[in-house]
Amino acid sequence: MVFGRGLRALSIASVVLLTSAFALVFFYAPNDADQGFVQKIFYLHVPVAIVALCGFVAGGVYGLRYLRSGDRAHDLRSYVAIHLSLIMAVAALVTGSIWAKASWGHWWVWEEPTLVSFLIVFLLYACYQPLRFSIEDPERQARYAAVFAVIAGAFVPLNFMAVRMAESLTHPRVLSTTGGAMPGDMRLTFLLSLAGMTCLFVTLCKYELASKHASMQLRALKRRLAGDDGLAPLQRSAAPQHL
Amino acid sequence: MAPATDGTTTTEADAAAVALEGVGRAYGERVALRDVSLSLPRGATVAVFGANGAGKTTLLRILATLLRPHAGSVTVLGGTLPADGWKVRGRVGLLGHEPMLYRELTVRENLRFHARLHGVAEARIAELLDVVALAPRADDPVHTLSRGMAQRAAICRATLHAPELLLLDEPYANLDPGGALAVAPLIGRQAGPARVLISHDVEQGLAEADWVLGLRGGRQAFFAAAAQVELKDVRGLYA
Amino acid sequence: MRRVVGALVRKDLRLELRTRESVPAMLMFSVSTFVLFHFGLDRDRLAGDLAAGVLWVTLLFAAVLGMNRLFVAEREQGGFDGFLLAPVDRTALFVAKAAVLLAFLVVVEAAAVPAFAVLLLGPSAADALPDLLAVLLLADLGIAVVGTLVGALAVQTRARDLIVPLIALPLLLPVVIAAAQASSPLFAEAGAGALPGRWLVVLALYDGVFALLAFGVFDFLLED
Repeated sequence: MVFGRGLRALSIASVVLLTSAFALVFFYAPNDADQGFVQKIFYLHVPVAIVALCGFVAGGVYGLRYLRSGDRAHDLRSYVAIHLSLIMAVAALVTGSIWAKASWGHWWVWEEPTLVSFLIVFLLYACYQPLRFSIEDPERQARYAAVFAVIAGAFVPLNFMAVRMAESLTHPRVLSTTGGAMPGDMRLTFLLSLAGMTCLFVTLCKYELASKHASMQLRALKRRLAGDDGLAPLQRSAAPQHL
Repeated sequence: MAPATDGTTTTEADAAAVALEGVGRAYGERVALRDVSLSLPRGATVAVFGANGAGKTTLLRILATLLRPHAGSVTVLGGTLPADGWKVRGRVGLLGHEPMLYRELTVRENLRFHARLHGVAEARIAELLDVVALAPRADDPVHTLSRGMAQRAAICRATLHAPELLLLDEPYANLDPGGALAVAPLIGRQAGPARVLISHDVEQGLAEADWVLGLRGGRQAFFAAAAQVELKDVRGLYA
Repeated sequence: MRRVVGALVRKDLRLELRTRESVPAMLMFSVSTFVLFHFGLDRDRLAGDLAAGVLWVTLLFAAVLGMNRLFVAEREQGGFDGFLLAPVDRTALFVAKAAVLLAFLVVVEAAAVPAFAVLLLGPSAADALPDLLAVLLLADLGIAVVGTLVGALAVQTRARDLIVPLIALPLLLPVVIAAAQASSPLFAEAGAGALPGRWLVVLALYDGVFALLAFGVFDFLLED
């Protein structure tokens, strides 16, 4: 099983896409009429948020595949997807917060349902690694983590719906941009940034998968050389350590 | 380790209560059982010996359908595990380290609960309580019983549904000689069902068994007819 | 299936009557929390959103206490094995435990909600009672389903008492949102207003989705 296929191409693609996206953000995209230059953080915040959410759902999908097949490779993919999405989610929260401060004057705004939903989703997924860490038996750890990933993945859309219903009644969207169709130059920049973020996420996932898999293979080789008892036992870990 | 299942059931497997072929089970990196094979005819007893951590309890739990084997094929009472687990479950009786009784409920309430789970008539409860001489304490909460009596109650629970295969993990550990005699009709050799017996009492285990399985470090040290196994072979497992 | 669920529920209710571990604790906790809120908010009487919020947050935390205890007897006294060895559908355990948690919640609310009305609620809740019961029931169903799932998930881990609230609270946030939004008009100063039906729909949807999810994944939590 090879996890790192196409890594070089993907890395180059990510760098190219992101650099060109940032170039467009600074030199091509128009300044927003109301919010000025600060609105451009939208090109960072929204793609990161979208990628994080898709990553969480992907983690759930891989969790489901693990439950049905028992193939631990899926559990590894689920773990990596969720773990990297969590980092992206933090980035989304931070960029959202900066945007809120710059345009609304507060570091946090309850009026923005997406931001609030993100906070809740973040709080939920922040439990993923502690949950994994607290289960010692590796197979049970994988199974329970997969169940969590499936439940949490199904929860994400429900959560967004509920929060949006609760907030939108009284407050208008704060961090929205043009509300409907985006003008061409904005759309191009946005799509490029989204593509770049997606590429970056997939690249990072592959790097982590390849690295973990390599460690596992190394350990298996060491075990074969030293014998079953020659090696110190694995320390407890939230990450899958054995396929 | 990919599970390899033996799809066909030959007449030989049908006749056997238990048939294991190359069975393995791992906990992450640590291999608990590796390449264990045995065949147990119906009505016969196999005694399993091995030091602590040799894999005896893991083996028992696989036979009880509580654990999935990671390698090899497991056939219990004609059903291939884990696929036919649902067919096999109600016909196997497990007596583990835990009595599997709720401490705050009385013996009778516990047995009634298990009877309902297994679809067993309640009259059988009174029968069993009489056999093990537990009837006078049947309405006391389990936590008030001595270990020996709790063990007797656990034995009642394990045999309530008249299983065709008994999996016994040190059944006589807490019993005094009177208790051991009392439970013999339920779990002893003359009880009828095939038995897989884990015991640390080497002499008694050998005396009760038709076959002997020796485990060392998760691997099979030997599997032979009891008549051909000597005390020193078994003692060697604990060295 | 019905026989098995009945046996499990009866066993759990009997255990609860004998040990009195969960329900009294949940009830005492609720009342203490109401007192805490009185002092924390420095208010004698609450109405509207504030009343709804205090009620639902308190009930949620009380439910977490119940969730923590739900599978402990199974875990510590070999109950999982005993159930897994029976030739029965494993989902029966989920249904039974959710029913038991629901029963606990109903009993606790039967005392805690009147206590809330007496201690903290300004306007009279008597007119709003049938509507409030509808909200309570739907919300309790959601809490029971999610609580059973999370309780089963957490019972096999080492940090059970911590994991349950950490996972259950975010998951139950839509329930809190919907229940609070639905019940705040009922506690209005000027007299109970109409119940916004939309939130009942949200609750029902949430209950349905999670029940389906639970039926799908619960078995995986039991097998080995």
